[in-house]
Amino acid sequence: MIRIINLHKAFGDNQVLRGVELTVATGETMVVIGQSGSGKSVLLKHIIGLMKPDLGEIWVDDTEATKLDEDELQGFTRKFGMLFQGAALFDSMTVAENVAFGLERHTNYPREEIRRMVEESLARVGLHGVEDMLPYELSGGMKKRVGLARAIAYEPEIMLYDEPSTGLDPIRADAINDLINMLKRDMGVTSVVITHDMASSYKIADRIAMLYEGVILEVGTPDEIRNSRNPIVQQFIHGESQGPIKTW
Amino acid sequence: MVRTFIQRSLTYRALVELGEVGSLFWKTLRNLLKKPREHQTFLQQLEEIGVRSLPVVSLTAAFGGLVFGFQTYIGFHRYIGAGSEALGGPIITLALAKELIPILTGLMISGRVGSSMAAEIGTMKITEQIDALHSLGANPVRYLVVPRTLAAFFMTPCLTLYGDIIGVAAGYFYMVVLMGVNRVTYLTNTTQYLELWDVMTGLIKAAVFGVVIAVVGCWQGMETEGGAEGVGRATTRTVVISSITILILNFFISKALPASLSQ
Repeated sequence: MIRIINLHKAFGDNQVLRGVELTVATGETMVVIGQSGSGKSVLLKHIIGLMKPDLGEIWVDDTEATKLDEDELQGFTRKFGMLFQGAALFDSMTVAENVAFGLERHTNYPREEIRRMVEESLARVGLHGVEDMLPYELSGGMKKRVGLARAIAYEPEIMLYDEPSTGLDPIRADAINDLINMLKRDMGVTSVVITHDMASSYKIADRIAMLYEGVILEVGTPDEIRNSRNPIVQQFIHGESQGPIKTW
Repeated sequence: MVRTFIQRSLTYRALVELGEVGSLFWKTLRNLLKKPREHQTFLQQLEEIGVRSLPVVSLTAAFGGLVFGFQTYIGFHRYIGAGSEALGGPIITLALAKELIPILTGLMISGRVGSSMAAEIGTMKITEQIDALHSLGANPVRYLVVPRTLAAFFMTPCLTLYGDIIGVAAGYFYMVVLMGVNRVTYLTNTTQYLELWDVMTGLIKAAVFGVVIAVVGCWQGMETEGGAEGVGRATTRTVVISSITILILNFFISKALPASLSQ
C-alpha cells in the first residue's frame, strides 16, 4: 500500500505540490491525470525516493520513503519498477545490458538465468532479436518497450508508469494497457500510472485521481470520474479548451 | 526584495556552488569503499582518461620541453655567456617536472576529459538516465562519480610522469642535439641537482588536479538543466572552473610542499 500524506514541493517560487493526499491499495491500479506541468511526474518521483518533499510523508507498506538515507533507498527501490516518459535507456549499453541492469543489482541470479529473464522480459513487450542493438538504433516506441521490459524484468511489487502510451501508435498503446492489466492480474502488481490518455485510463484504472493546482481534486472509479459533477474534471476528461481550467 | 538581491549576488552564488561541489566530494569519499564497486566503469575510465589522452599529452609535453629548452638556451647565452647553456639542464628539468608538465597535463585533461564527463553525465541527467540508475538500485554517485574520480586520481599522475619523460627528452633534444650544447655537462648538471622529490612534487599536484577535474566535471554534469544548451554550458563551465582551480591550487601546493627533502 502507498499512502501519500500532505505532500508539499516547491521549485524556487513555483509551488508544485500543495498538500497531496492519496492512498493506493495493494494490487490496485491508480491512474493520476492532470494538465501538463501540474506535478504528476514530480509526485511519481517522490514515491520512489528520487525527490525529497518540503513537507509531508510517503508510506510504502511500513516504510516511510521520505526518511530513508541513500543506502536504505537502494534496497527500497527493489520494490519498484519505473517506466520513464522518454524510456531513459542507458545510451552506452545494449538493449540486453539495459534490461539486465536492474536484475544484476537487485538479484543474485547466475548470468545464464539473467540472460533468459532478459529474453523473457523483451518477449513480454513483443520484442525479439534486439538484444545486441544500441538504444540509438531503436524507434521511439521500441525504446519505450525496452524501458518497460527493464522495469518489469525483476518482477517488482509496485510499478510506476510515467506516460506509458506517449509516443506509441494506438495499437501498441493498447498492447501496453493489456500488459499493465496482465501484470496486475497475474502478479498482483500495484501500479501508479501518469497519463493524459483518457481511453487508456478507463481501460486500466481501478481508480482515477485528478491532480489540479497542487492537490488531488477528485478520486474515484472510472465511472465516478466519467460522471463527475466537477466542471474542472469534466473539462479535462473531455479535452475542452473552454471552461474553468485556464489554457494559457 | 533583499532576499532576491542576496540570492542574485555573485558571492552568494559562489558560496552555493562551493557547497554543492563540496557536498559531492564528500559523498564521493563516503562511497569510495562501499559495495558494489563498479570495476567495469573504473577500467573504462582508466582507458578513457589514460590511454586516450596519450597523444595530446605527448604533443603538449614535447612542445613544452622544446620551447622551454629554446628560452633557457637564449637566457643563458644572453645573460651568462656562450658556453654556459649546458648549465640550463637542471632548470629545464626542474621547471618541467615540478610545474609545467603537471599544469599542462591538468589543463589538457580538463579540456579533453572533464568536459566529456560533464557532457556525458549532463546528457544522462536531462534524459532521466540518472533517475533510471537510482530506480534500478544503483547509487549515481557510486556508479558515475567514484570510478571517474578514482581513475582521474590514478591516471593524471601517470600521464604527468609520461609527460615528464617526453618533455625532458624534448628539452635535451633542443639543447644538445639541435644547439650542440655539451652533452656531458648538461647531463652531469641535471642529475646532480635534480631530486626524486622534484618529480614527486609534480605527481602529487597531478593527483590533486585529477580529483578536481573529475569532481568538477561530474558536479557540472549532475547539475545540468535545460536541454542541449544546458549540456553546452556545463562543459564550458567545467573547463573554466577546473582550469582556474588548477592554476590557483598549483601555486598553493608549490608553496605548501617543501622545495627539497635533502635540506
